[in-house]
Amino acid sequence: MSSGLYNTSKQDFDKTLDLSKLKAYGDTMNDGKVQLSFTLPVKDDERGTEAARLLAKKMGISEPNVALAKPLDKEFTFYVVYGSCAHTVDYENIHVETVEEETMDMHACDEYIRENIGRKVIMVGASTGTDAHTVGIDAIMNRKGFAGHYGLERFEMIEAYNLGAQVTNEEFIKKAVELNADVLLVSQTVTQKDVHIKNLTELVELLEAEGLRDRFILVCGGARITHELAKELGYDAGFGQQKYAEDVATFAITEMVKRGKK
Amino acid sequence: MQNKLNLNKALVDGARQSAKHIAEDTQAFIDIHTTVTVERAVCRLLGIDGVNDFEVPLPNVVVNHLTDRGILSGGAAFYIGNAMAATGLSPQEIAEKIDKCELDLAAIAPQTNEEIRAKIMPVAMATVERIRGNAAKRNEFLSEYGDKEGPYLYVIVATGNIYEDITQAKAAAKQGADIIAVIRTTGQSLLDYVPYGATTEGFGGTYATQENFRLMREALDEVGREEKRYIRLCNYCSGLCMPEIAAMGALERLDVMLNDALYGILFRDINMQRTIVDQYFSRVINSFAGVIINTGEDNYLTTADAVEEAHTVLASQFLNEQFALCAGLPEEQQGLGHAFEISPDVENGFLYELAQAQMARQIFPKAPLKYMPPTKFMTGNIFRGHVQDALFNMVTILTGQKLHLLGMLTEAIHTPFMSDRALSIENAQYIFRTMKDLGDDISFKEGGIMETRANDVLAKAAKLLGEIEHMGLFATLEKGIFADIKRSREGGKGLSGVVVKSDDYFNPFVELMKGGVNG
Repeated sequence: MSSGLYNTSKQDFDKTLDLSKLKAYGDTMNDGKVQLSFTLPVKDDERGTEAARLLAKKMGISEPNVALAKPLDKEFTFYVVYGSCAHTVDYENIHVETVEEETMDMHACDEYIRENIGRKVIMVGASTGTDAHTVGIDAIMNRKGFAGHYGLERFEMIEAYNLGAQVTNEEFIKKAVELNADVLLVSQTVTQKDVHIKNLTELVELLEAEGLRDRFILVCGGARITHELAKELGYDAGFGQQKYAEDVATFAITEMVKRGKK
Repeated sequence: MQNKLNLNKALVDGARQSAKHIAEDTQAFIDIHTTVTVERAVCRLLGIDGVNDFEVPLPNVVVNHLTDRGILSGGAAFYIGNAMAATGLSPQEIAEKIDKCELDLAAIAPQTNEEIRAKIMPVAMATVERIRGNAAKRNEFLSEYGDKEGPYLYVIVATGNIYEDITQAKAAAKQGADIIAVIRTTGQSLLDYVPYGATTEGFGGTYATQENFRLMREALDEVGREEKRYIRLCNYCSGLCMPEIAAMGALERLDVMLNDALYGILFRDINMQRTIVDQYFSRVINSFAGVIINTGEDNYLTTADAVEEAHTVLASQFLNEQFALCAGLPEEQQGLGHAFEISPDVENGFLYELAQAQMARQIFPKAPLKYMPPTKFMTGNIFRGHVQDALFNMVTILTGQKLHLLGMLTEAIHTPFMSDRALSIENAQYIFRTMKDLGDDISFKEGGIMETRANDVLAKAAKLLGEIEHMGLFATLEKGIFADIKRSREGGKGLSGVVVKSDDYFNPFVELMKGGVNG
């Protein structure tokens, strides 16, 4: 199925890098080469392979090469497709809001707290509102952590309280005051009908109404949360996928020091 | 299999003896207690099922009723039997009447123990016969198709929707999977009740309900008939409902069940007194149903260092072996857990993994060991991940691990796609084929890296068990010896559900089931 080891097809495209028209890179500048794999719920035959090719074309892959078609079940087939992606992006004009701090690991965070704050930092986290999922807050807070990144409970200089799921915003604030929290962590997993936005906004409004907003470093997280969205909603930071306890901790403790909170 | 690593036998015997004393010591505590879920399991085994208008399961309704009246210490079977003798109603009818506040079990005049037993025992025996029939059915399938030699390929499905799970499970079975585990939804282990009916919404997994068990069992039997293989079904007894889920698994012919109180204590913050009592009855049920249990030692290494803390895994395996034996669960049903979790950056890490797997094989020769794939150092680099999984597959085929939980190249990214599972099965089948007899053809160098490593781990485990024997299990858990996690005796979830048994406590199923299906 492959066109062979040596690519003899004509390469008549411009091979100079243009960051305003960034393309994927295989082995030649601007060749646009990508690999992708997916499963279609159809049987493995020529028609299925053609479907995979057409789907790739619709994704902007020119001359898609279906390198593998492997049946997974009678009516399911797995495809690996190679080709050139026609699309470009303007790299020069990309602006991304990110949490700027260089992430410190667990030990560095503990050390930083000892040196700059001189006492344990109290972090209170919960999955708030109707959200019953603790997966996000657990990944950040539980000792076990996630993907080899230890959770906040394991940090020596952090006193972490994980309130679990379905904590109302009122209850969350009450607990935060009771525990004398420095940092509040809100996890939102369910995002159907933008319920997370409503809920996150409500927390900020409640904090502001009670004059408590400035008392805490306020952080939210979840698979659909970006830093940009978080800032927009009035949070100090937001953490999405591929962010771990040390990212959250680094931001929170450096922010505390910036604000002179001890 | 030949014994290939020259292990210090005196240390093995000493460690086992220590573990036996620890288990017996803890058993004395277990024997005088019962819990809300133990009693709900008794209700379920007496045929009480369904939910009320508020979706509260009737076993909870009955046990809450007994708790509110301060009489749970006598055991649900005692009071249900008493009500049966007095009213002539069935357990289910009694539960329904309690729910409608038409019956107060505390207000019924006490019948004699003989009358109570005469009512309860026929119902209990009918359930026990049903479970015995399930075990016989499994054996029929196995003798018709033959059982698989070599490792069982164990994969998970976790869509949240039981019907989608079935599609995935059937495909996986056709690709070569031998065990299908339906991962539970996030947070189910902390529910102090078992949800009811077929479910289609879960997060990161699917609710364990009796109906979901039944649906998946039916689907796997169907695909098993097509494939002429018996496909085993696995689910999770761990959490706050260990014995209830064990009972549901027994009723619906599950074959493999996760069952480990230590895991619940450490990783789910379940109260230790509660879950150790729950574990006992759940293992009695698992044992009788012919279910292979899986223990959760592999998880220790997801928080603690896999090189430094390997001995805690071995120590815990010794403990789980003895706790299982206390519940009458034979070695052949003990899927003791361990894992391939050493960092890819460690020089000679593969040798340590191989040494430890071989060590476990030799120390627990009859146990169908459960070997877990790398997770901690799976990063989203799927290409390296596939290589890590290949190395893990090699250890299994070289050392005869039995329940081989397939690693997925997309671990740490998402729950497996259908294609991820197929790639993993292909990977394992290739390695198991191409290296089938390599383990028999090689021996370990005397005094080499691997033999030294195994004896080091063994010596540390024996020493640790000696210390635990001295301290007691609960104090050990309070000190954070396992997985670097400290748990307090009074802390965690579920302590309020533990009660001291009264002198007239009655649970017919322990006497009927203990000692296994052939007992």
